[in-house]
Amino acid sequence: MAARRARQERPDGGQVEAAGGVSGAPAVRAVRRGDLPEIIALDAAVTGIEKRNYWHSIFRRYGVAGDAERQFLVAEDGGAVVGFVIGEVRDWEFGSPPCGWVFAIDVRPDARQRGVGAQLLTAISAGFRRAGVTKVRTMLARDNTLILSFFRSQGMMAGPFIPLETDLEQGRGGRR
Amino acid sequence: MKLQKNTRLALYSVLEFALDPARQISAAEIAVKYGVSPHHLAKVLSELARAGVVESVRGVGGGYRFAGNARRLTLMDVIGMFEELSEPDAERREPGERTPVGRALSAVLSEIDEIATATFSSITLATMLRLLERQQRDATAASRTPAGGGKDVVRRATRRG
Repeated sequence: MAARRARQERPDGGQVEAAGGVSGAPAVRAVRRGDLPEIIALDAAVTGIEKRNYWHSIFRRYGVAGDAERQFLVAEDGGAVVGFVIGEVRDWEFGSPPCGWVFAIDVRPDARQRGVGAQLLTAISAGFRRAGVTKVRTMLARDNTLILSFFRSQGMMAGPFIPLETDLEQGRGGRR
Repeated sequence: MKLQKNTRLALYSVLEFALDPARQISAAEIAVKYGVSPHHLAKVLSELARAGVVESVRGVGGGYRFAGNARRLTLMDVIGMFEELSEPDAERREPGERTPVGRALSAVLSEIDEIATATFSSITLATMLRLLERQQRDATAASRTPAGGGKDVVRRATRRG
C-alpha cells in the first residue's frame, strides 16, 4: 500500500491549522489497541472511508511493540493520537536488498505544520536502523503533491524502481 | 521534459535569491556566475518580479532580492511562469500525432511529462536549498577523504575533461 494522501493542497504550508488543537511536541510511541478508535477516525476523516476491519488486521500484524522490523507508531499529544506511521523491513523484494518501507503516514489536520510527520518518520527510520537496514522507501500516487512534498522535504528522492500496472480484462487470462 | 533557457535561468536566479533572502543581488552578478548575458537575464528577472517572487531594490548596490515563500513555492510554480504546461489544443497538434503510431507515442510522452510534473510540483525551494546544502556537505566530506577518495576522483574527472 502506498503512503496515503491527506488533502490535495499546497505543499509545506497550504493547510489551515485549526485553532485550539494540540500543544507542545508530541511523544512518539508504539501503538496500543486502545489507540485504534482514534486512528480509524483520523483515517476516515482524511480519506473519507472508514475501514474498521482493515485497521484491526493491521494492528494484529504490526502492533507488536519492540519489533523493529514491523512498526506501527503513533504520535500522542495531550492524551490524543495526532498521527501515526506504519512500515516494515522487506527482504529482497524486486531484487532489492533488505530495506525499510513506510506504507502509511498520517497526521491529524489540526496537528499539521508542527513537525509531527517528520518526528514520526525519524522514529520509524531509527527503528529500521536498529533492524539493520540503511535505506527507507515509500510509494505514493504522483498526484499526491502534499505527501510527496513532505517526503521530499525530508530528503527522499526518486528511487531506482518504476511501478508499472495494467488493467486486467474480465474473463481472460494472459496479457492484453 | 527539457526546460527552456529562460526557465533554467529563472530557476537558477530564484534559488540564488532564496539562498540568502536578505541579500540584494544584481543581475550582473548572476549573469557572470551562470555565463549568460545580463540583458537576457534582466527579462527573466523582471518576469519574476512581476510575479512577486523577487523584488527590485533601487539605488546604489541595488538589484533584486527574494520576496517569495521558499516553503510554498515549488519548482513547478517557477517553471509555469515561463512554459506552457498544458496539453496542446487539438488544432496545435502535429499531424503525425493523430495517427495510431503518433497516439501511441504521445501516450508514452505524456507518461514522462506526468512524472516530471509530479516531481517539479513536489519540490519546494526550501527542499532544493536543503538538497544543495547536503550536496555541498558531501562534496566537502569527499574532498577531505584521504588518497583514493574525493580529491582523486576530481583529478581523474579533470583529466578526462
